[in-house]
Amino acid sequence: MRGVLSDRMGAALLMAPLLLFLVLAYAWPFLGVVKWSFTLPTPGLGQYEALLTDDLVQSVFIRTLRIAAIVTVVSVAAAYAITVVWVRGTPAQRLIAEFCILVPFWISVLTRAFGWVALLSNRGLINTWLQSIGFISEPLTLVRNELGVVIGMTHFLIPFAVFPLASAMRSLDERVLLAARGLGSSRMRTFWTVFVPMTRSGIIGSALIVFVFSLGFFVTPAILGGGRSVMIAELIYLRIFQSPDWGLGAAISVVLVLFVGALMALLFRYVKPKQLV
Amino acid sequence: MPTYRPGPVSLILAVLVALFLLMPLLAVIPVSLTPSRMLAMPTGELSLRHYRSLVEDPRWLQSILLSIRIGIVSSAISTMLALCFSLGVWMFQPRFTAMLVGFVLLPMVVPPVVSAVTLYFLLTSLSGVSSFFGYDTWLGVAMAHSVMTVPFATVLILVSLSQLDRRIDLAARGLGASVWERATRVIMPNIKFGIVTAALLSFVLSWEEIGVTLFITSVNAITLPRLMWMGLRDNIDPAIAALSVILIIITVLVLAVRSAVVRLRAGG
Repeated sequence: MRGVLSDRMGAALLMAPLLLFLVLAYAWPFLGVVKWSFTLPTPGLGQYEALLTDDLVQSVFIRTLRIAAIVTVVSVAAAYAITVVWVRGTPAQRLIAEFCILVPFWISVLTRAFGWVALLSNRGLINTWLQSIGFISEPLTLVRNELGVVIGMTHFLIPFAVFPLASAMRSLDERVLLAARGLGSSRMRTFWTVFVPMTRSGIIGSALIVFVFSLGFFVTPAILGGGRSVMIAELIYLRIFQSPDWGLGAAISVVLVLFVGALMALLFRYVKPKQLV
Repeated sequence: MPTYRPGPVSLILAVLVALFLLMPLLAVIPVSLTPSRMLAMPTGELSLRHYRSLVEDPRWLQSILLSIRIGIVSSAISTMLALCFSLGVWMFQPRFTAMLVGFVLLPMVVPPVVSAVTLYFLLTSLSGVSSFFGYDTWLGVAMAHSVMTVPFATVLILVSLSQLDRRIDLAARGLGASVWERATRVIMPNIKFGIVTAALLSFVLSWEEIGVTLFITSVNAITLPRLMWMGLRDNIDPAIAALSVILIIITVLVLAVRSAVVRLRAGG
């Protein structure tokens, strides 16, 4: 009896500090934010009604969903191409692919966004080069618009899309692929009718991760969108710091959490957590 | 034994993606060498003035030191909390473990911008209580960063515990070791790699944290990413390019060393 009791106490003592820390520093203030959404500036559901009627908020939501959808498709496709080589290439190919995936992954989002500014801005690398060879006379607008945001976000999210795909491709039985080839199926046909369907769980997991991440993206759209293609996260920032409307900012945050929660629930219905890493 | 290798089409597509991934990292190199005061490609001569301004302008040095201090404190907090929690989970396997772990992972899954609003609420509330912990203080930032990094530290430590052989602990227990002895003399020495990795990852995540930091700092606690952000938003300062080049070189070196270490461990 004494053993059981001390076990429980040991577990409680060890686990309590972190749980307490997160309750006080995360759960409690989150409830405070929820409270803001119902009480600022006046008590009631006013902010949630505003979400449904305000044209600006609506257009930002639609733009966010559109950008997230495009970024998801492009990132997963690009990640698929490089993951195939990372998982199934020769040792040298694998090393190079790993380098190209991990170096950007570990470099801060600011540096990466800045790199795209250096490439895409009016006086950036691409425009300078195109002008110097006389291909264009006026610089192309590649940044401070949705195109720039999509490019920057895709770049940021490809490594995240790679990991679930890699885990799906690694667990795939190679003999099935060899059998298909041995029975005379072409490379293309083996790829599309055997390889891709067998990595379906990885594709779903990777797409949902990228989609969920892009919904709450802040830094890249703020830098590469130049204030012109505002997404949800930037709208929250603006509502809290520029036009102090904490209630609306809080209400958008609550809706975003609920939406992402629903998507995560969907994710875990299709994919087991351990397949994601 | 035959193996299934990617064909030429796959290789070409992968090379294109690889170029796309590396392109913005390479683009900052020429920009960092421009003699111009503004963001531009160098035309003709190269200059190291932006590298020099990193050393000479006290703002950069101050924010680097601040980021290091915040990184160390927040990494220490989150590694300690994560270690204790994970030991509790592994040694006692209490009921509701899955739910509790899920709760701990929340800051990792919730969109960062929502965490940022939440921590903004926390720190502005604390500002009324104490001027040390609140909004725009370095301790406040360190605390907020701990919240954001603790899920990652917990995942890493739980993963390294899951690879540990339970029989070692059972043997220690059977021989009469106390909970404290089992934790510090049996379990922890066996997961030191995981603990060190968790501390390093927490430091790195804090070092480059910007999403939350933007919401909880204004003029005092200017971390390095925060200073870069200011330089990126207002008038693009090529010193950022110089700094980026240095950060990229450090990252590449660390990854190279890490992969060499992993290879050695695997080989030996």
